Amino acid sequence: MATASHQRQRSRRRPGARFSAFGLLRQGLTRADWPRVWRHRDLAGSYDAVIVGGGVHGLATAYYLAKNHGMHNIAVLEKSYLGSGGSGRNTAIIRSNYLTPEGVRFYDRSVRLYEELACDLNFNVMFSQRGHLTLAHNDSSLRTMRWRAEVNSLEGVDSRVIDATEVARLVPQLDMSEHAHHPILGGLYHPPGGIIRHDAVVWGYARAADALGVHLHQGTELTGIDVVDGAVRGVQTNRGTISTPVVVNCTAGWASVIADMAGVGLPITTFPLQAAVTEPVRPFLDTVVVSGSLHVYVSQTARGELVFGAAVDPFPSYSMRGSLQFTESVAGHVLELMPALSQLRMLRQWAGLCDMTPDFSPVMGITPVDGFYVDVGWGTYGFKAAPVAGETMAELIATGKTPDMIAGFDLARFADGRLVGERGAAAVGH
Amino acid sequence: MLISCPLCGPRDATEFRYVDERRQRPDPEQASPQQWRDYLYVRANPSGPARELWLHRSGCRQYLFVDRHTLTNEVQTAALARTEGTR
Repeated sequence: MATASHQRQRSRRRPGARFSAFGLLRQGLTRADWPRVWRHRDLAGSYDAVIVGGGVHGLATAYYLAKNHGMHNIAVLEKSYLGSGGSGRNTAIIRSNYLTPEGVRFYDRSVRLYEELACDLNFNVMFSQRGHLTLAHNDSSLRTMRWRAEVNSLEGVDSRVIDATEVARLVPQLDMSEHAHHPILGGLYHPPGGIIRHDAVVWGYARAADALGVHLHQGTELTGIDVVDGAVRGVQTNRGTISTPVVVNCTAGWASVIADMAGVGLPITTFPLQAAVTEPVRPFLDTVVVSGSLHVYVSQTARGELVFGAAVDPFPSYSMRGSLQFTESVAGHVLELMPALSQLRMLRQWAGLCDMTPDFSPVMGITPVDGFYVDVGWGTYGFKAAPVAGETMAELIATGKTPDMIAGFDLARFADGRLVGERGAAAVGH
Repeated sequence: MLISCPLCGPRDATEFRYVDERRQRPDPEQASPQQWRDYLYVRANPSGPARELWLHRSGCRQYLFVDRHTLTNEVQTAALARTEGTR
């Protein structure tokens, strides 16, 4: 009910006001509307930097540019609504048990930023570090896991190979029989891994960036990038033109399309990855369970729904429709792991776009066009990397110097033949 | 998604394997290292009409040039690669 006093109260409260237990109590007692989390702004004629893509990468980059480097005159352009792309379509798994040292260092920094994120953003992102378990169904998987565990330990990441008995103790619902089509021999256990509320991460970054003066433009589609003498001069959008010396491509799924506007070719092919959730049930699964051989990962959300993810579809596409073929195969694989779930009903399924690169690593940093930066090629690992990607991209844009942590992920590595070869990524056959 | 194989007729996409975008391989005698690496790694990755190379793996095992819309997955044409000559 919007009474006059109600309206006054709403207009008094500014967006970005801090959340607190006292505020929650007051809000509960007065039953007033919560203030909007970010503001609607008019499109300005010029910005110091324009970030394309209002997902978690773009918002994190904007947030760290404003917070760590004092750049406040920034716009984030999102053609749909914030978090409508990969940020809202992933399976919200956070981990750092990768295979290459550069990968492990990078994702470990991201996990540490995620651990502090709720405090940093004053927004509950519901990060639950419940442990991440990758199952080994054959000797070669076990061998790769020992390799990964060694690399992880050397980089200070808690990760170890466990035997079948310990796997059964961690997840009693697993079919541990030797007669299974893919018997479980052991696993790589990574206690700091877990799941998070992905929408909350988007909203938290958006709210914090807005409070620092960043303009968030939803429903604003990039239609062109003006490049003069090899340098960015501005962009065109469906809402008007903007002059800017810096454009950051933080899109997933449309990375090649945006880069093409600046005349930059990318080593990216876009594949859909399908996921599904079941109806909610009582909490029983306290670990994120992944099977590389079966191309499936399972976790239980705070609401009780089981989330299933798969490998990428076998051919490139920008279509985000689900398919019966996927539903059948993922359900079959989940039941091979946990036969007790056979009576569960599937609630919904969806697909997100994964920009796959030849070496299962992102493409981050400068491009041949001055002022055009890329933070793309995030394949199946973009969500978990968002905080560190935002932090390092912000440092690069503000200082002009590529941070060591992302130096190996540059676009030039494909021309120089320095590929990374990250086989610890999800959806990669081991 | 259906692909109309010129030899086998309309078949489900699961019978086929996507190979790559349809591209011209650079001349090995003439190409610079940069051209080779672009050929190896860089893709147009279009959102919309695409020209592709597919293999009818579980059918006639022929390579096909397939014209497909990558937003809708609608297949416009599929033709035998061998009769069209260069890949």
